[in-house]
Amino acid sequence: MTISHQPLPSAHAAAVAPATASRRSTPYRSVTSEPAWVRRVLIGIVLLFVIVMLILPLITIFSQAFKRGFEVYVAALEDPDAWAAIKLSLLTVAIVVPLNAIFGIAAAWCITKFSFRGKQLLVSLIDVPFSVSPVIAGFMFILLFGAQGWFGPWLQENGIAIIFSWPGIMLGTLFITFPFVARELIPLMQTQGIQEEEAAITLGANGWKLFWRIALPNMKWGLLYGIIICNARALGEFGAVSVVSGHIRGETNTIPLHIEILYNEYQFSAAFAVASILVFVACLTLVLQHWFDRKRREQQHS
Amino acid sequence: MSNLQSQLKPSRNAKSVLPGFKLSMGFTLIYLSFLVLIPLAAIVLHSLQMSWSTFWDLILDKRVIAAYKISFLTSLTAAMINVVFGFIIAWVLVRYNFPGKKLVNGIIDLPFALPTAVAGIALTAIYAKDGWIGQWLYAINIPSAYSVIGITIALTFIGLPFVVRTVQPVLEQWDHDVEEAAAILGAYRWRTFIRIILPQLFPAILTGFALAFARGLGEYGSVIFIAGNMPFKTEIAPLLMMTKLEQYDYAGATSIALVMLVIAFVLLLLMNAIQWSFTKRWGSL
Repeated sequence: MTISHQPLPSAHAAAVAPATASRRSTPYRSVTSEPAWVRRVLIGIVLLFVIVMLILPLITIFSQAFKRGFEVYVAALEDPDAWAAIKLSLLTVAIVVPLNAIFGIAAAWCITKFSFRGKQLLVSLIDVPFSVSPVIAGFMFILLFGAQGWFGPWLQENGIAIIFSWPGIMLGTLFITFPFVARELIPLMQTQGIQEEEAAITLGANGWKLFWRIALPNMKWGLLYGIIICNARALGEFGAVSVVSGHIRGETNTIPLHIEILYNEYQFSAAFAVASILVFVACLTLVLQHWFDRKRREQQHS
Repeated sequence: MSNLQSQLKPSRNAKSVLPGFKLSMGFTLIYLSFLVLIPLAAIVLHSLQMSWSTFWDLILDKRVIAAYKISFLTSLTAAMINVVFGFIIAWVLVRYNFPGKKLVNGIIDLPFALPTAVAGIALTAIYAKDGWIGQWLYAINIPSAYSVIGITIALTFIGLPFVVRTVQPVLEQWDHDVEEAAAILGAYRWRTFIRIILPQLFPAILTGFALAFARGLGEYGSVIFIAGNMPFKTEIAPLLMMTKLEQYDYAGATSIALVMLVIAFVLLLLMNAIQWSFTKRWGSL
């Protein structure tokens, strides 16, 4: 490779055109670009599609939430059932995200730092939740822990409630969101290789020192990226949680389930008001995601 | 998905000086067993308890068949819409400059970050009869909510990021040499696109398509609000499963779940097979 190509076609155009001509006004078109009108039409299609499909729903949520005035909005958020839902969602996230982060690190460590038979199979297993319907995810745990399930009678005798209670909600969420940290870490740690770690071990570092001083700083941005997605998905999980929750108001309702109940009771403004909290979290997630991604790329190129 | 797998070819000796193999491997396997293997086994074993005839009757029930059809067709349509627009979005984001590009790039992931139930009620509000877009569509006799069109809109929203995010990195690492050579040898831009660019992007597009399609087949939260949920007309397979669960019809739910699982895994296998044969023919990208 002698010439490094820049992804922007305008750079090619500028290279062809006389050096004095500015990129925009260059009369020549690069051979690997499209005519100006094609570019404009394509950009127009993208902007229209993004506005209609993505930005309009966001605006709708806020417009609907404030439709009946600010008082209704505040009242919906101050409702004790809403608070109970928020608390349960936060509890779920507080348990699910750390567990899945630990799993992600462990899985990425053994997959990227060692070679063993059946690695492909292990990687495929991690992808399973992506192709399993959330409804099936919840149903699996009912078959295991429900009243008619394998462990149901034993659990009942010992007074342990999993299904229609918060442990069931936690399990469903755990299943749906466990790949996210692992899927971010595996490609990242794969490209990083094992030289640094090997050097540290050769120089006498022990396992924990190796992890805290070398491995963790190296995977930091990828880990944060995975955690923030895992967090967003755990907070918003609906299908799996819906199956196992039992929809007991004030007890086993997470935020998305509370929204569904409000919506089905035709309390549209209240439903959208509660939804607006989640929209806020989603937007924050996108910003953080972008930031972590940039940091990760910077670290990789340095 | 298989890009990742191809990176994972063992390149080192089995003996590694690094610590933590047993610990990390043990934890990973226990975690996967409890969350994935045992629960999936529960579905399979539960369905084995049924006799063949009951199983077939449950699967071939008219309402169940109708639900599969609706799920399959709407997911397929939505995934194809996403291939077209996802490709254009990825192309425009990588190759052109325009005001607001960063915002567009950032917001593409919104369907991943936004809870599905929130997306569902927002889309319903937009496409209902009195909604911002719905009022125009209803005026020209297109029922955009509580119909298969509504389901397709929701699934398009949910699957939007997949094609963009699989095609975009391939385009970013694109080698312009072949493209330039084609142009210099006299190929029109359109011909270069069809003959040179599109075939090389095919695996990425296919991966994005399959991911969006699989996600659409299982999607529940965003669809149920806009679907209307009428049996035989707008009832998707995951919803029918939910209905059966609410009636404690575990046999019915299990049979639907098993069929959906088989379809999902066949889809993944098929995708991997196509990609494998493609890589064999064109060489690794």
